[in-house]
Amino acid sequence: MEYEMVIGLEVHAELSTKSKIYCSCATRFGGDVNTQTCPICVGMPGTLPVLNKKVVEYAVKAGLATNCSIAEYSKQDRKNYFYPDQPKAYQISQNDLPLCESGYIDIEVEGRAKRIGITRIHIEDDAGKLMHDEDDAGSLVDYNRCGVPLIEIVTEPDVRSAQEARAFMESLKAILQYIDVSDCKMQEGSLRVDVNLSVRPKGEQRFGTRTEMKNLGSFRSMVRAIEGEAARQIEVLNNGGTIIQETRRWDEQQGLSYSMRSKGEAHDYRFFPDPDLMPIVVDKKWKDELKNSLPELPEARKKRYIDQFAIPGYDASIITGSKALADFFEEAAVISKNAKAVSNLIMGELLRLLKEKGMETDEIPFPAEYLAKLVFLMDRGVISGTIAKKVFEKMFYTGKDPKIIVKEEGLEVISDEKALLEVVMEVIRKNPQLVRDYRGGKDKVFGFLMGQAMKESGGKANPQIIKGILKEKLGEVDNS
Amino acid sequence: MKISKDTVNHVANLARLELIEEEKERFILDMEKIISYFDKLSNLDTSEIKPTEHVIPITNVFRDDKVCNSYDREMMLMNAPSKEKGCFKVPKIME
Amino acid sequence: MEIHKLTVREMRGLIKDKKVSAVELTQAMFDRIAEIDWKINSYITLLKDEALMRAREVQERIDKGKAKSALSAVPMAVKDNICTRGIKTTCASKMLENFVPPYDATVVKKLYLEDSVLLGKLNMDEFAMGSSTENSYLKITRNPWDLERVSGGSSGGDAAAVAAGLTGFALGSDTGGSIRQSAAFCGVVGIKPTYGAVSRFGLVAFASSLDQIGAVARDVTDCALVLNTITGYDSMDSTSAKVEYPDYTGALINDVRGIKVGIPKEYIGQGTNPEVKKAVLDAVEILRRLGAECEEFSLPMTEYAIPAYYIISSAEASSNFARYDGIRYGYRAENYSNLLDLYKKTRSEGFGTEVKRRIILGTYFLSEGYYDAYYKKALKVRTLIRKDFDDAFKKYDVVLGPTTPTTAFKIGEKRDNPLKMYLGDTYTVSANIAGLPALSIPCGFDSNNLPIGLQLIGRHFDEKTLLRVSYAFEQNTGFHKIKTGVRA
Repeated sequence: MEYEMVIGLEVHAELSTKSKIYCSCATRFGGDVNTQTCPICVGMPGTLPVLNKKVVEYAVKAGLATNCSIAEYSKQDRKNYFYPDQPKAYQISQNDLPLCESGYIDIEVEGRAKRIGITRIHIEDDAGKLMHDEDDAGSLVDYNRCGVPLIEIVTEPDVRSAQEARAFMESLKAILQYIDVSDCKMQEGSLRVDVNLSVRPKGEQRFGTRTEMKNLGSFRSMVRAIEGEAARQIEVLNNGGTIIQETRRWDEQQGLSYSMRSKGEAHDYRFFPDPDLMPIVVDKKWKDELKNSLPELPEARKKRYIDQFAIPGYDASIITGSKALADFFEEAAVISKNAKAVSNLIMGELLRLLKEKGMETDEIPFPAEYLAKLVFLMDRGVISGTIAKKVFEKMFYTGKDPKIIVKEEGLEVISDEKALLEVVMEVIRKNPQLVRDYRGGKDKVFGFLMGQAMKESGGKANPQIIKGILKEKLGEVDNS
Repeated sequence: MKISKDTVNHVANLARLELIEEEKERFILDMEKIISYFDKLSNLDTSEIKPTEHVIPITNVFRDDKVCNSYDREMMLMNAPSKEKGCFKVPKIME
Repeated sequence: MEIHKLTVREMRGLIKDKKVSAVELTQAMFDRIAEIDWKINSYITLLKDEALMRAREVQERIDKGKAKSALSAVPMAVKDNICTRGIKTTCASKMLENFVPPYDATVVKKLYLEDSVLLGKLNMDEFAMGSSTENSYLKITRNPWDLERVSGGSSGGDAAAVAAGLTGFALGSDTGGSIRQSAAFCGVVGIKPTYGAVSRFGLVAFASSLDQIGAVARDVTDCALVLNTITGYDSMDSTSAKVEYPDYTGALINDVRGIKVGIPKEYIGQGTNPEVKKAVLDAVEILRRLGAECEEFSLPMTEYAIPAYYIISSAEASSNFARYDGIRYGYRAENYSNLLDLYKKTRSEGFGTEVKRRIILGTYFLSEGYYDAYYKKALKVRTLIRKDFDDAFKKYDVVLGPTTPTTAFKIGEKRDNPLKMYLGDTYTVSANIAGLPALSIPCGFDSNNLPIGLQLIGRHFDEKTLLRVSYAFEQNTGFHKIKTGVRA
């Protein structure tokens, strides 16, 4: 029996406003515990919420950038439940009338395009943080994060594989970064994803029972969790069992999910319109203003790069996947006037180095201008392609201007014939057998000897010139 | 309108209240009386009526995205029955 | 001089004329409180040292030619569900017995700016739930007219203190009639402004869409003076109305000619005590004589007001009170085995019976399967009640009737019958449901010498008409001048 997985994602993104959603405490990440709180976000008696206008603007922008329709009239509702990180014992969210609905994001997986529907986007406030001490008998609550504005993005159950889920998340992340409403740093918790997954026999229309997985700290984690849970469900079904609708916690270290059976009773959130907050009306004028303020989105930018800069679609895809990286590329491409070379260096060297050092694309340790300079040096023949890679690495690790690196380390291409002649003679001297072979008619050996010559010159030899000299010298009959 | 003990138990649990037996009995009687009386609302035909969620017709009440100094942590913790390391303390939470 | 019997205006007069100093006035109030409050129990917290210090400061400012507002140096008291920074705000509940807020309610800030002197915090029904102040965790406030009777609720402390001369004026809250009903029982004036006219920031929330802060004072003029200070737009309260707030003293005109007064038949029917009914009809006659056009009409939604009110208010309260869990402030149970136990024990031990009853009712009304039939239904009935009044105000300027069906009942009389207690709010809740301004003024006494209250309900933001009609009535009758005889 072949099964397919059916996945819906619930994404929470922290909006990058300066102040919280209902009070003027700072949203800054990483502050000392309980130093960014006030009676309002801690839910003291008598306090009242007042909505941050930027939150509405950011949420609407997110909706517009994902092709949603924006509700002209929406409201805020209370979602009631008890938990120590929820000081008012209710979250302020949006229930039946969210700000955005019925959108989509187009993704590409293995060359195939697919549309993932977005059911809705709504605003809500974040809860505080619980810290559990291993030894201590208690848990500690920090309310700094309480009241940070969130948007919740819910997809239709259109995702059919872990790869599609990943592609969606990467596209969504890029979009949110492009429109500058969230920094989407999963490691800081400003982007979180929950996965709703069920399986069904291929061809079956009805949905199977789904489980929900939370606590997925990275895209990689999400992919593993999806694959793990789908396998688990399939095994259960193959053994004649049934899937229980429940929430499961993913343990990244163990590579397993666990049932969160403690939440035995289904939640009755007793939603009702928050009497302390007034409805939100987004009229056409406001909506148009926000629409006009949207920057070029990833999809459009990618197309433009293919057209304007003539770089391959794959490269364009990767580069536009991150706003920081796209900005970096574009700046360097424009200055150097050689987009292809810039793209090659980014794809071949930059991404690899960033990954090795565990750095993000917004942490590139040198300016775009330097990359452009490096390309200039290559284009003008000052350095060779091989050397360029060396210089790039040096530039990455030291942040120095490539021109300076080349000068300091004497990496310029050697075009001086006298010097190159010495190199060639050295190579000939070191490889007598190969020389005899070449002279004996084995042409193929030439390539190897060229390689040796380049190596001997420290990669700096001007390839054309040294080739000529090598050919010439090999052609001469040696009297030794 | 009869209210069952199960209902009272369920609702009390939702509200995180613990009632002792006598309280429960009393509450059930009170609730039955009260809710029966309130059921007269069903005499009104409200099928075409929209609910009034706010008595004054205000919309779009906003504040600017400005940061003001948060309250001093000591002041925020002043009323806390149990605190440690600058945080509010609760019994260990099993996840 | 029985300073405590003076109105705010008269006290100001003495201060201005330098016949009495702010400190003397404040001291006189505390002397009176020490003398008789042990009989009445209107105060939960007294702030004698702080008040005298403040009075000294205010006097200094007066001497420098400042502090000239209508409430400068006037002694005031505030219901204990209105937050006062650095001062215990208990809501008369074990749950907040030792809660000290680090912030002032907006209205308190405004009164401080007027240089009023805060004497202390007043007793109330726990978390404002009740109609008799018998639900206070701390003490029962007795009616100064008859100490065996209730002072009304939930602002019982307010009304009793004003009636007995234990404060110049008081700030209270009114969710279903708390200010008006206690004012009626104690023979003083109480006003609940239009919803949105007074900031709720700092008022411990009971039912967010119904709560309003209002004033209790010895006459209509004093109420107008307090209204001038407490009304106004507040950016800290999203339900605050951005409208023009007039000088309410401009409404104090002794002329009601041409004003149309409507008396709902449902308010003077079977459910109303005959003596109360008579006093109200006599009041109507007086207004007629003064030139107002009075007639009876029908408010058919009246019988649905109590169910709608209790469903809406309990539902909102159940959500507003969920934050009381002993984690950030307030009472915390001593013995608990885990988190769930902490919640249950803290809340069960911290809340009184009536509060628990309303939380359970409210949770029930919001829960799955019951939301449509109860909460949503009540919100629809709310629309109908509003329409009832909208229609009435097409013909009338003021809707008039008794504030309560009876005069003050005996302490303990309604204890075991919550429904009976709720029904006592029949005439007051509609104004909260519709967000309309309403006030209660004394209009007579029954055969037990207990005060009877006359209620006037007006159009949204038309406090001026209410003040005008009640001022004229007051000036032509003098009920407000009759003080209680409570002695040491």
